[in-house]
Amino acid sequence: MSVQVSHLVKTYGAQRAVDDVSFEAQKGQVLGFLGPNGAGKSTTMKVVTGFLPPSSGSVKVCGIDPETDPMAVRKKIGYLPEHNPLYLDMYVREYLEFVGKLHKVSKLGDRIEAMIEQVGLTREANKRIQALSKGYRQRVGLAQSMLHDPEVLILDEPTSGLDPNQLAGIREMIQELGKTKTVILSTHIMQEVQAVCDRVLIINQGKLVADDSIAGLQDRISGESVVVIELDRPIDMTFIEAIKGVQRIERQADTTYRVFADPSVDIRKGLFKLAVEKDRVLLGMSRETYSVEEVFRQLTAG
Amino acid sequence: MWGILSKEVNLFLSSYIGYIAMGVFLLFTGAWIWIFPGIGILDGGFATMRPFFDNAPIVFLFLIPAITMRAFAEEKQAGTIELLATKPVSDLGIVLGKFFACWLLVVVALVPTLIYVFSVYQLGYPVGNIDLGAVAGSYLGLIFLGGAFVAIGLFSSSLTNNQIIAFILAMLLCFIVFLAFDMLSGLPILSGRGDSFVQNLGILHHYESISRGLLDTRDVIYFISVVVFFILLTKTSLERRKW
Repeated sequence: MSVQVSHLVKTYGAQRAVDDVSFEAQKGQVLGFLGPNGAGKSTTMKVVTGFLPPSSGSVKVCGIDPETDPMAVRKKIGYLPEHNPLYLDMYVREYLEFVGKLHKVSKLGDRIEAMIEQVGLTREANKRIQALSKGYRQRVGLAQSMLHDPEVLILDEPTSGLDPNQLAGIREMIQELGKTKTVILSTHIMQEVQAVCDRVLIINQGKLVADDSIAGLQDRISGESVVVIELDRPIDMTFIEAIKGVQRIERQADTTYRVFADPSVDIRKGLFKLAVEKDRVLLGMSRETYSVEEVFRQLTAG
Repeated sequence: MWGILSKEVNLFLSSYIGYIAMGVFLLFTGAWIWIFPGIGILDGGFATMRPFFDNAPIVFLFLIPAITMRAFAEEKQAGTIELLATKPVSDLGIVLGKFFACWLLVVVALVPTLIYVFSVYQLGYPVGNIDLGAVAGSYLGLIFLGGAFVAIGLFSSSLTNNQIIAFILAMLLCFIVFLAFDMLSGLPILSGRGDSFVQNLGILHHYESISRGLLDTRDVIYFISVVVFFILLTKTSLERRKW
């Protein structure tokens, strides 16, 4: 087990930023950390890297506690902090050289060149970091975190500020890395989780509300299927309720209804027949499938 | 530690901080001892470096806080401290790297002033009529004093993420440690009852003692203690995030 977090609590004064969170991250897996702003994602990551000590509970990185042997843990972790802090007055190569020396990377020159190519910085590699755009700075941050070929990569919002082309490239890279390493990334972009992660942790107000695969999460609330219909004139909702399999109905607008039904029954035929029977024109009918986004909203609402 | 040290030195060289600090130091001390009438070496009538060694600590009092103010305040402000603290360097390594880089800059700033020594040596009558032992001792004193100011400056910088606060605080602390103890020892209430103890707490007393050209281990131990004390305080201050 590469990263093991059990019953982690981190309090700032009276506020419990992280409240009894437990999870495990395995090698060969990209773990997505999803949550609204201020949910405790970054704090959890800071504790895992050893930057902050836990208030209670324990963290193990490759079997080592960052509290007892911080140096060993720091060697194994590649970390991209939130907001990607950088030394703006350094040159790209100079900065990577500095980080590489701290990690005592062997054949540093070759490694830096390989890294620059891998993150797509070749064109900008001779500039000062402050002259780079946000997306390129993000790449410098990523290069920095991967330079020493760490076993565990912890990336706090690694794709913020990237344009769509860069986004695809970086996601691909993270997925590729995830095959051989343990990757934990935080984000509030749902598509990213769906595109990159093998497993998702959803955290809300410091508490873990879900720990599942993408498919598992979608199953979680597919206890009902949803069909939205639009008619030309209102209809008595009891007629719809009479259709077999319908569980409940929400009236969205005057003539638009959201019909929740048992997923094992296809109610669309029944709805169509009802419309014909009651002399209504069916203007539209669509079936909704749940995205991770909705799961997320459901789990973190309130 | 070496990684941090070389990064800081590179920064001094690439961001003009180093050149400006050295330039200002040389300008002030140079103007003071060679140009301003009535206080300089040329008006003194003796072949001595005394005016320089009296003036240099005052310049350091302003200049060293300016050099050290960004050391931690900037890292905290930019968030890069999180980057450093999660790399395989100890907190003490970070502090020492920054300490030696700043100290090195101070020592390098002193090197061109050897020209002053050469000039005074040549101006002596007969040539060379100058107490070189006292000069060497004074340089050593200045180097120690610079180290103490750097340690104090780093500590101030570690307390805040605002560089201006770090600067003012460092200046205040340097002033207290350098001069205030000496001045306090003159209070009538302390006369004969602890005045020499209070005086011994201050840097000035030990600086003047070393400046006489007599290397007393007590003075050396004093300076080393001040440096170690403030370096440990800085390290503790960095670890506040863990409290």
